[in-house]
Amino acid sequence: MTDQIHSVDVSEMGRDKSAESDTAVDERVRKVPAWKRLLHRPEFGAISGAVLVFVFFFITAGDSGMFASDGIMNWATVSAQLGLIAISACLLMIAGEFDLSIGSMIGFAGMMMTIPAVYWGWPIWGAILFAFVGAMMIGFINGYIVVKTGLPSFIVSLAFLFILRGLTIALSILFTNRTIIGGIDKYAEGDWLAVVFGGTIGHGFFIWLADMGLISTYKDGYPIVDGIPMVIIWCIGLAIVASWVLLRTSFGNWIFATGGDDKAARNVGVPVDKVKISLFMFTAFTATVYAACQVFEFGSAAADRGVLKEFEAIIAVVIGGALLTGGYGSVIGACFGALIFGVVQMGIFFTGIDSDWFRVFLGGMLLIAVLFNNYIRKKVTEARH
Amino acid sequence: MSEFIIELKNVSRFFGSVIALKDINMQVKLGEVHCLLGDNGAGKSTLIKTLAGVHAPSEGEYYLDGKPVVFKSPVEALDAGIATVYQDLALVPLMSVTRNFFMGRELTTGRGIFKRFDLEKANRIAQAGMAEMGINVRDPSQAIGTMSGGEKQCLAIARAIHFGAKVLILDEPTAALGVKQSANVLKVVAKAKARGLAVILITHNVHHAYPIADRFTLLNRGQSLGSFLKSEVSREDVLEMMAGGQELDELTAELEEFSRLDATA
Repeated sequence: MTDQIHSVDVSEMGRDKSAESDTAVDERVRKVPAWKRLLHRPEFGAISGAVLVFVFFFITAGDSGMFASDGIMNWATVSAQLGLIAISACLLMIAGEFDLSIGSMIGFAGMMMTIPAVYWGWPIWGAILFAFVGAMMIGFINGYIVVKTGLPSFIVSLAFLFILRGLTIALSILFTNRTIIGGIDKYAEGDWLAVVFGGTIGHGFFIWLADMGLISTYKDGYPIVDGIPMVIIWCIGLAIVASWVLLRTSFGNWIFATGGDDKAARNVGVPVDKVKISLFMFTAFTATVYAACQVFEFGSAAADRGVLKEFEAIIAVVIGGALLTGGYGSVIGACFGALIFGVVQMGIFFTGIDSDWFRVFLGGMLLIAVLFNNYIRKKVTEARH
Repeated sequence: MSEFIIELKNVSRFFGSVIALKDINMQVKLGEVHCLLGDNGAGKSTLIKTLAGVHAPSEGEYYLDGKPVVFKSPVEALDAGIATVYQDLALVPLMSVTRNFFMGRELTTGRGIFKRFDLEKANRIAQAGMAEMGINVRDPSQAIGTMSGGEKQCLAIARAIHFGAKVLILDEPTAALGVKQSANVLKVVAKAKARGLAVILITHNVHHAYPIADRFTLLNRGQSLGSFLKSEVSREDVLEMMAGGQELDELTAELEEFSRLDATA
């Protein structure tokens, strides 16, 4: 019975190979159009959404300066900041967990590096390393509680959302008697590690662009934008590394397995607990990178930094095609989700649309993305015979 | 090399006051399909979990290749070459054929921080492994959620064979399958046998068991009714010995009684 079907298969394959060699075709489905296969990529929705958003703003705000050098840097920076935490939130969501404490961690990590540097006389690099170690330890505790108790990470990290935000305010009042600490820029000057977060690169290139008259300049010919902020470099770098880890390493396979079915994963020897804990530590890491970039760009830390960022990250991840139930998603998609977010948020200023509409748009976008993802999941998992 | 790869001698297993298994004797040979038959509650699950290292025998001895063994965990049994494919199959529907095939035991290349999952080679191996089981996977990167129950079963079996199983324990592999898919799975069992593996097939469907089995062990209420070579028993004998046999006779008698009453009424 099957032999017959398979012999048909083989002859079919010979013909198919010339056209589309790696098409996912069922034995009773003759051909799937290329656009339909594209639909099955998790990042498809986010990439096409980003294209639509760009087209929209090109038409409505093309001459408003949104696509001049400073305009581009503006939305690119906002997108990259969100992209940073969306990358880690994405890996964690694929592994089947949430971290709602990312936003609070941004505020807490900012204080962890600012207070020692400004009030206790620590060298900046020491304060930054202290913040990274401290944040990742909290991430570890967060993950450890989740895997050991089996409680939903939604609740555990919600608790940390409040604990960390409260601690940020309480401790900064306790140590410094204020909630906004400025003036870190003068300590950071010349520090080798602070530059990695607060600096810009490509200085010479932008001067050259200005000399060639390709980008806008001040009256004295100095370019308005004189370099790419490090946060953008961090975001792109982490996106490449995280995507590579997810798609091309054993650890990436464990992430998919953990989120897809943790019982099955455990049965074949995947260290599910280790995977989850290390991803909680990774979200804490990216929150600290976010905090460091912000602190050294503005020269200050504030206790209310990062409020609501955990939800923005989740929105970017879901727009990027990840399933809330885990096991499916894309880092590249999450980055495009963050790009949509940043472009719309900034673009609304440039078009002159009342910015109150931004949230309406965001909610609508989220809803569409979830419906779309749900449909795709059904397509991917339904048995066909 | 012992004659039997697995031998159980008077194995019993108790859970508190419950006697789940009592004095089971069983021999399994390489290159043979050994069918474990019994109704629900006969102790089939307890027996395979004992074989798979989930439970240790409360009494009796477990010999692997002539040497007495005590497995502390399923992983130890797996390392010794005893692979169990449970009904849930330990597969993730959203992941691809290849990713499932190598889940937890990824094929890597490179070293240090550049050590990576060798997907191209893994794709080829998974495809070849499935092809050997008679399943033609065109695209090993397709999610297995799109595959049929029988194909998934075959994937789980192919995976166990690839990772060096000597003894393959299949827990009700045809329970949820249609006729055609069951036939596919039984073909795969025959292929595993042809490769020299010992297969322990658990089922309560005699019609699936009889054509493929070389040896039967019948369980009833935690006790063995004995092991038989196929040459020693007929299909009807086997049916008779299963708990269902006697009850089905009674049912037939009762039905005849009803129809007789109908006729007279």
